[in-house]
Order: sequence, then C-alpha cells, then structure tokens
Amino acid sequence: MIRIENLSKSFTLHNQGGTVIPVMAGAALTVARGECVGLVGQSGAGKSTLMRMVYGNYLTAGGKLFVGGVDVAQAPPREIIRLRRETLGYVSQFLRVVPRVPTLEVVAEPLLALGTPAAAARDRAAELLSRLNIPERLWTLSPTTFSGGEQQRVNIARGFAHPYPALLLDEPTASLDAANREVVLTFIEEAKARGAAILGIFHDEAARTRVCDRLLDVTGFTPKVAA
Amino acid sequence: MNDTAYNFAYLDEQTKRMIRRAILKGIAVPGYQVPFASREMPMPYGWGTGGVQVTAACLVPEDRLKVIDQGADDTTNAVSIRKFFSRTAGVAVTEATGEATIIQTRHRIPETPLREGQILVYQVPIPEPLRFLEPRETETRKMHELEEYGLMHVKLYEDIARHGQIATAYAYPVKVEGRYVMDPSPIPKFDNPKLGQSPAIQLFGAGREQRIYALPPYTDVVSLDFDDHPFTASKAPHDCDLCGAKDSYLDEVITDDQGGRMFVCSDTDFCAGRQAKGHVGRLGQAQISSKKFANSLQGISGSAEGTA
Amino acid sequence: MSLDQPTLDQPLLRVDGLTKRYGARIGCADVSFDLYPGEVLGIVGESGSGKSTLLSCLAGHQRADLGRITYDNRDVLAMSETERRRLGRTDWAYVHQNPRDGLRMGVSAGGNVGERLMAVGARHYGDIRAQATDWLGRVEIAADRIDDRPSAFSGGMQQRLQIARNLVTSPRLVFMDEPTGGLDVSVQARLLDLLRGLVRDLGLSVIIVTHDLAVVRLLAHRLMVMKSGRVIEQGLTDQVLDDPQAAYTQLLVSSVLQV
Repeated sequence: MIRIENLSKSFTLHNQGGTVIPVMAGAALTVARGECVGLVGQSGAGKSTLMRMVYGNYLTAGGKLFVGGVDVAQAPPREIIRLRRETLGYVSQFLRVVPRVPTLEVVAEPLLALGTPAAAARDRAAELLSRLNIPERLWTLSPTTFSGGEQQRVNIARGFAHPYPALLLDEPTASLDAANREVVLTFIEEAKARGAAILGIFHDEAARTRVCDRLLDVTGFTPKVAA
Repeated sequence: MNDTAYNFAYLDEQTKRMIRRAILKGIAVPGYQVPFASREMPMPYGWGTGGVQVTAACLVPEDRLKVIDQGADDTTNAVSIRKFFSRTAGVAVTEATGEATIIQTRHRIPETPLREGQILVYQVPIPEPLRFLEPRETETRKMHELEEYGLMHVKLYEDIARHGQIATAYAYPVKVEGRYVMDPSPIPKFDNPKLGQSPAIQLFGAGREQRIYALPPYTDVVSLDFDDHPFTASKAPHDCDLCGAKDSYLDEVITDDQGGRMFVCSDTDFCAGRQAKGHVGRLGQAQISSKKFANSLQGISGSAEGTA
Repeated sequence: MSLDQPTLDQPLLRVDGLTKRYGARIGCADVSFDLYPGEVLGIVGESGSGKSTLLSCLAGHQRADLGRITYDNRDVLAMSETERRRLGRTDWAYVHQNPRDGLRMGVSAGGNVGERLMAVGARHYGDIRAQATDWLGRVEIAADRIDDRPSAFSGGMQQRLQIARNLVTSPRLVFMDEPTGGLDVSVQARLLDLLRGLVRDLGLSVIIVTHDLAVVRLLAHRLMVMKSGRVIEQGLTDQVLDDPQAAYTQLLVSSVLQV
C-alpha cells in the first residue's frame, strides 16, 4: 500500500547563505494492508520528515514514493488532493482548524468533503467524539479553546472519521491519559482489522508494542555529516 | 404671419438636415437613442427645446400644428410654443386632434386615436430609462448595446418589494420591437398601450440631453412587467365630470378649500368634442373646458358650486 | 481496495504565458497554470508582486498583452465583448475586496441578489424573491433583511451579500480579490468557513488573491507565489508553506508573525 525506495531529502536555506542540510538518504520501506509499521529513532532523526514526504507535505529530493499506486513525488497537486481526500489520512501533532468552527463540524469535515450527507457525517463524528470521551456540551464549541489533550482527541476523531486505506499517525497518544490512550489504540486495531496500512510514530513504548507489527529505525537513513 | 427675421421654423436649413438625419436613424432603429447636436433655443432647457427642434425640423408650410401640455391646449407652455411657431413658420394651428398634421405634446398622448400621416412629437426630459439606477453614461450605452436590461427589472422588483406593486405611474419603461428598452417620456402609464401599433409616426426629442428617438408606425411596444405582476394601464376610478367619458385619463381639480374636487378629462380637445356632441357628465355643464371652468369659480372662499 | 489510475479530467481554466506590461514596467509576466473544477488556487505576494494585475487580466477587467486564456476549451481573449460580459454574468463571478464595489448600494439586498437572475431572463417576482431569500440564508443573512439596503449592513454582512449576489447563478469560476481584507478578524473566520463550505458544496473553482498566508492555508488547495510580476513557486498550499523551495518564499513564510 505504501512503498518507498531510495528516498532522499535535503533543505536549502537560501536566507542563511544557501546552507544545504541533507536530512535523509536511501530511505526504504513498505507497509502492507492491515499492517502497522512504527518509525523509531532519536528526536530530529527524520521520522516526521519521512511522514510528511509520504503525505506530500514535503517535496522529495530523489527516490520513489508510492501510496496505493500513486507516485506522490511526481503527481500533480490535484491528484495528491484526491489521494488525501479518499485514501490517505494524516493525524499530525497539531490541530489546525478554521477558527470558530464547532468541534462536530471539524470532525465531520472529511466525510462532507467526500459527499457524505450532512446528517450521516455528523452522526459518525458524534460517535467518534463520544468514544474519545469528549463531552457533548463541547461539540458546539470551537476546539481552539480546548486543552492540549482534548485538541489531540479531536484531531484523532477527525483522522478516523473516514475509513482511509492508508493512515499516517504522528504521536497519536501523546498528551493522553491511560483511558483515552486505550481508545486510540483500539481505533488503530480496528483500522488494521479492516485492512488499512498504517505508518506511525509512537514515543510510548507500550503503545508501540501493542499495535506495531514492525519497527523501522530511521537513523539508518540519516546521511553522515562530512568531516 | 411669418416674421422674416427668422428662417422658416427658426432653425437654419443645415441644422434641420442634421436633425432629420437623426430622426431617420431613430426610425430605422426603433427605440434607439440617437445623439444629435442640440441647438440653443429661445427658451430654457427643461421647457421643451427637444420637442421644438424636432417639430421645427419636420414642419412644412402646409402643416397644421397642435400643441398640448398635459393634455391641454390652453396652458401657458402650449400657448407659447404655438405662438413661437406661428411667428417663425406661419403654419396653421388647431386645437382639434383630428385636424392636426403635427402634434407636439408634453406628458400625454391625445385620447383621439391618431391616423396615418400624423406625427406626434414628445418632449423628453431624461431619455435614458436606466439613468436613475446607473448614473454612468458609459455603462448605460453598453447595456443598450449588449441588451443587458436586468437592471430595469431590478427597478420594478424594488417597486414591488417596497410598495407591493409596481409603483411607476408615469415614464413607465417599454421594450420596443423586442430589442431596445425605451423611456416613453413622462406620459402616464395609462397612455402606454397607445404607443404600440400606432398608425402615426412618434418622435421623441430631448434638448438638454441631446437625444432623439422614434417609433415608426405599427411598431411593437411592450410595457415591462413580471409574470406574476402584469402591467395594468390604470387611471382614477371616476368618469369625467364634464363629459362623462369613462375611458379617458383624468385630471383632479380642486375646486374649493373644503376638499371639494372634480375629475375632468386631461385632454381638453377630447372633452370639448364630447360635450359638443351632447355628452354630459355628473356636473352637467356643457361646452366648457375644465380649465376655463375651474378658472371661473369664485376664488377659494367657499363657493357652493362644484362641491363633490 | 485498489486505486485506479486517476482519470484525466479536463482543466476548467488554462492560462499560458500571460503577460501584461505598463509601458516598460512589468505588471505580470509569463504566467502559466491550469485550474481544475473544485480547486481553489491562492495567489500570494506582497504589494507590487503583480497578483492583482494577474487577477484583473484573468477576469477580463484588463487586456493582457501576451498569452492565452482558455476557459472550458474556449479562447477567452478571442471572445467578443458580448460573450465575455455574458460569461461574467453567468459562469464567472468576481468578489471585490471592498463589498461596495461589488454591490448596488441603492438597491435592496433582495434586488442585489436577484439582479443576476433578472439579467438572464427571470421574470417571476415570486420566484426571484424566493431564490434571493434562499441565498441570503446560505450566507447567514436573516431573511427579514431582504428589503434592507446594503448601506444598513455591517462590513461582514456586505461581503456575504456580495458573495450571495455572485453565486446565485451558480458560476463555476469565482475570482476573489482579498475577500477578507478589511474585515474584523472574528468576522473573517466565519467568512472563511462559509467559503470553504460553498466551494465544497457547489464544486466551485476559485482563484483567490491575497497577501494573508493564513487565509490561503485555510482556503486554497494550491498556491502560487508571485514576486515582481513573476511566479516564483507553485504547488500544494501546505507544501509551499511548509517546505518552501525558493528564497523569496522562504523569506515570506518566515516573516509571518506567530500568534
């Protein structure tokens, strides 16, 4: 479902004298349907970078990157947008929303974008928010005023609203207490059971052990700094 | 009698040619406003200079001229203009609609149906029907050119929204031959049906705004409206108090200072003609024009005559 | 579930080498892009970047010197003025930065919304009014304001009215010039969400010019960055903002104040 071959990435900082920072080289990985692969490595090793490249958020410097048959590195923007709408979900570490939009609408949006009738979309959003223990009285409020943990749960609810065949999860259990962590891990297991391919970053070792079928250390892809 | 200090009908021949060319263009494209080089006339703008120039360009010595103002032959303006042409053209004048060859009018169409061979000249203040909605001349010219008349219906929409019905009572816009939207000059909307399929030539002159437009005989003229708010040619729900006419446009005349009023035909010639034939209205006075009648009443200090 | 190769849908708008000069000065130079149905393209740049010139050339308010604009397989620059104006009243819409430029201030809200309908031949007062009421509801203006003049509305309401007035004939392509500029920040948020919903529900294609990167991040799928009349970078909005390649883009992104 997700296939990466010989992927590389560098950043050129034009406004700092044109400094080139190579961050990745020779990355390779595959994620099959129903499988969950966890990315490990020190902070700054490139886990989020790799994930962002898979999502099309970062450009690649070389190599191949396929999600469900779409060559993300070469695809025109509208194909990537379609991919993100139908196939590839992404739960980032940050919740980015239009201000003043109610939580229920935020979570329902991916379904509305797919043409799901409004009532059904909101029902599904309600179901997810309930399971994540967000009280109903908060559903009409904008999540921008919520605590970090609540925002994270809204983020997750939005990410799981549509049954994506491929999912990217960046620290989904950070800032969560044990009960909610349990809910999120159950979501991941349910997704795996229906055949989703999942790429995840988990700092929490217990979570990693529970849901990941394999681990991949990205440190191996970090280019050696020239002496 | 012709005053020899002036050319026939006051204007020089070249000017008359220029105006006739504009008239011909207007007749060739019914409803289209033709710009023309309006001349300085011995009367101020706003007093009918456009109509006078059109009449002057059309006059020949054999013509018989009638001039009316709000339907009446004997108001100040009608009298002045008639005298003007008497003096500068020496043409015969008449008050009888049926006997005139050229009729210059301000704000009314005569009740007596017109015939082929007659010319009706209208005095027009603002020729552009869209002017009050779109002040830019550049835009209104484009709208006419490209037949973009949505704005005209916006005005009618606004009327209905504000008053429950189309409140435009005069200068009611019309569509000519399915193409140009035209302002028929400030005639009451009651007169609009007379515009279409008329046997006469109808010419419109705006002196200050420098435009001439025209309706050749038997032209298709439709008053604008909505499907669910159709056009109605309405008038005061009365009969003429002098001649009893049911279907002529009426003037309301205040007769005393106790609210007394009467309704009389605005078309003086039409009313006089009916009275001469013996038709009598509620007030039962034969052979008197409404204006002369009103003038004959004793001031406003409570005469018993003519109270409603 | 397998993913088929994406079908090649036709671009709604294709722009090739569009150039506009003011004497020796460049307004915009050699701009090319495609726009597909349902896409929102943001054009950002600072003052003098050429973004407003580009927008007015695209919308037909100005005449480009060089280049081609193809809409729905029709050559726009070769069209007669009648055709172009008709396009502007039906398939295209233009939302001005200042709503006063896009509204008739002397006409009621209902009349403003109904005008485009009447311009294409609507002649039933009741129907026109019903459609106007419906659209006012969609832009969250209370139905009982239908007979009020826009001069009685707040800036945000005027802008929403302008949007309703433009969208009532279901255009496929909407040009927007800083639609949230000049509005209070809180009002901006509601307007952005309204625009997102309308784009999604009506499948609109939008070209939006703005200097505000936050607006573009929330509203646009794709982004074009302009400087001195030229396009210096384009791509997915989040990619251009998170992984800018060009020096100027990097400078622009790093200059945004974080709140």
